[in-house]
Amino acid sequence: SPQLCPGLSQSKTLRFGIVGSGPAGFYTANLLLKKFGEQVHVDIIDRLPTPFGLVRSGVAPDHQDTKNVINQFTRLSQDARVSFLGNVTVGADISLASLRQHYNGVVLAYGAESDRKLSIPGEGLQNSFSAREFVWWYNGHTDYAKLPIDLSKCQEVTIFGLGNVALDCARVLLRDEAVLGRTDIARHAQNALRRSAVKRVDIIGRRGPVQAAFTAKELREITKLPGVQVHIPQEAMQLTEADRAEMKASRIKKRVYDILKTACEAPASGVAQRHLHMHFLRTPLELLPRSPECPSVGSVRLEVNQLQQRQDGSQAAVGTGAHETLPAGMVLSSIGYRTEAIEGLAFDSRRGVVMHREGRVLQENGEDAETGLYVVGWAKRGPTGIIGTNLVDAEETTECIVDDARQGRLTATQSTTEAFRQELARHGTQVVDFQGWQSIDAAEVAAGQGASKPREKFVDTQDMIRLGAGM
Amino acid sequence: SLSSSDTSGEETISATFHDEKDGSTKTVQVPVGQSLMEAAHANDIDLEGACEGSLACSTCHVVIEDPALYEKLEEPTDDENDMLDLAYGLTETSRLGCQVIAAPELDGIKVRIPGATRNFAVDGYKPKPH
Ligand SMILES: Cc1cc2nc3c(=O)[nH]c(=O)nc-3n(C[C@H](O)[C@H](O)[C@H](O)COP(=O)(O)OP(=O)(O)OC[C@H]3O[C@@H](n4cnc5c(N)ncnc54)[C@H](O)[C@@H]3O)c2cc1C
Ligand code: FES
Repeated sequence: SPQLCPGLSQSKTLRFGIVGSGPAGFYTANLLLKKFGEQVHVDIIDRLPTPFGLVRSGVAPDHQDTKNVINQFTRLSQDARVSFLGNVTVGADISLASLRQHYNGVVLAYGAESDRKLSIPGEGLQNSFSAREFVWWYNGHTDYAKLPIDLSKCQEVTIFGLGNVALDCARVLLRDEAVLGRTDIARHAQNALRRSAVKRVDIIGRRGPVQAAFTAKELREITKLPGVQVHIPQEAMQLTEADRAEMKASRIKKRVYDILKTACEAPASGVAQRHLHMHFLRTPLELLPRSPECPSVGSVRLEVNQLQQRQDGSQAAVGTGAHETLPAGMVLSSIGYRTEAIEGLAFDSRRGVVMHREGRVLQENGEDAETGLYVVGWAKRGPTGIIGTNLVDAEETTECIVDDARQGRLTATQSTTEAFRQELARHGTQVVDFQGWQSIDAAEVAAGQGASKPREKFVDTQDMIRLGAGM
Repeated sequence: SLSSSDTSGEETISATFHDEKDGSTKTVQVPVGQSLMEAAHANDIDLEGACEGSLACSTCHVVIEDPALYEKLEEPTDDENDMLDLAYGLTETSRLGCQVIAAPELDGIKVRIPGATRNFAVDGYKPKPH
């Protein structure tokens, strides 16, 4: 039975607007329903006509099971207390300030949709992309469906970064295209991978195997890919005292190291068609063109590092002055996502996250909390954590909201979801609601059937609006 | 002790879930062969299961309260350990609820569902450091 908030009048329905329909947004919506019972309405707003954030556009196509959480979010969307308003960009279609007038509380759950840059010469060459762009390309995100990726003449790909996103990109490039062809991978990516000439992927990180941010599942999976040989230099697996201490303190680091070590020592299979080389202790210095006149990347220049212990016990990579060059027909930089600022929002531009305390967004002075404005998920913590991490995070943010509701600290509003929709319509924004998404969903699933795919994603916003806004 | 539910004649065991998030405790009868996650869902107990039991999340994490009983369980597989690495509030007797299957020797099992009401140092998947 719902837990009513003491201190709230029995008749008033509290209205919350959640900006972003990824895991952080949906988990927060779920908790708000639990906490406020029948006295609440939650609007979930997304800039895309499709819900679910990175569950749709980040999680790899060959990890369909991970996407099962969509079923839970779909059930939640069917609750009468929840509305989905897709195709509404906060900061463009409606300002944050105007949005807030419609709600007692607004929760920012808009993720991290730009990148940390390498900031080295040659980064702007053709065939140099961020991992985020590449992932959005193969997952059919509408913003990157037209990314100019041609793998037919590209034999080597270099990926900078030692995390799961780097492994996802490597796996998509290395694994049998026929397997990917039975997933919800975007058709344009499937076609490009069918013509792929890629024989070798190099993953490069500044620090050592113990500092890598891989998780065991993704790492184990790539070391067992049929037809793929993993290469890790023996000397990279040597441990410093500080490495041993780091491993002792972290179960996951120890298990990740063990998987790397097993892969390093495994005998070469001899029949591999494709190769994954992992390089540790290397810093990218420069991306070089294929030839002086060519605008396309041809190789990467690296500096060899060694680890140096910092005061706090952690280890920093320090250059040795020795250089190496690797051939690379495409470069993906996977060194971190960043959240984009929204106008009128206190933003920590160094870390690339919204300024907050326990989920309460702060005013520009960095001290006092804004009234009725909250943040959750990657926009709050930065780009770390699995889907479930956002659940724990949503608990913290929701606790602040419940507490503020009890103390009468929310924003006053007379608005309704209908009034909000009317305002959007006046500005020419065509809202795709949950029913609209379900029409898109059904059409995608139907389009996938002939090709034995769980769905064939639409990648054109106008097509989706036509289907989803009932036009 | 084991019991047979009157309606189905199915063999069941008793299992107690303590939910740290709201402090509630509930004891339920679980048909032999059912996972603790399925049992929780069938009884309105607030245990997540984002990937629906396919070993692709860690949201169904439970802590077995009695170490001796934990020892009676079959060892977690590599795949389960890989997900447990990322579970919030991991302990020595942690398991994934979707992988613990009710069996007679587990009758009376007590598990805790870790909550996140204190200490928000959320950790785990760091996709991108360099
Ligand atoms: C490539 C990749 C692979 C991953 N794989 C896994 C995995 O296998 N398993 C796992 O557990 N986790 C995985 N993760 C992590 C997981 O996806 C994240 O933890 C999670 O999605 C973060 O949730 P979020 O809600 O904060 O952000 P998001 O999921 O990014 O959601 C943000 C939403 O906000 C919307 N939005 C953005 N700006 C605006 C705006 N101005 N107005 C309105 N809406 C806006 C976006 O369209 C999006 O829908 C992966 C992440 C990446 C990047
Ligand atoms: S429900 Fe995902 S691992 Fe158990």
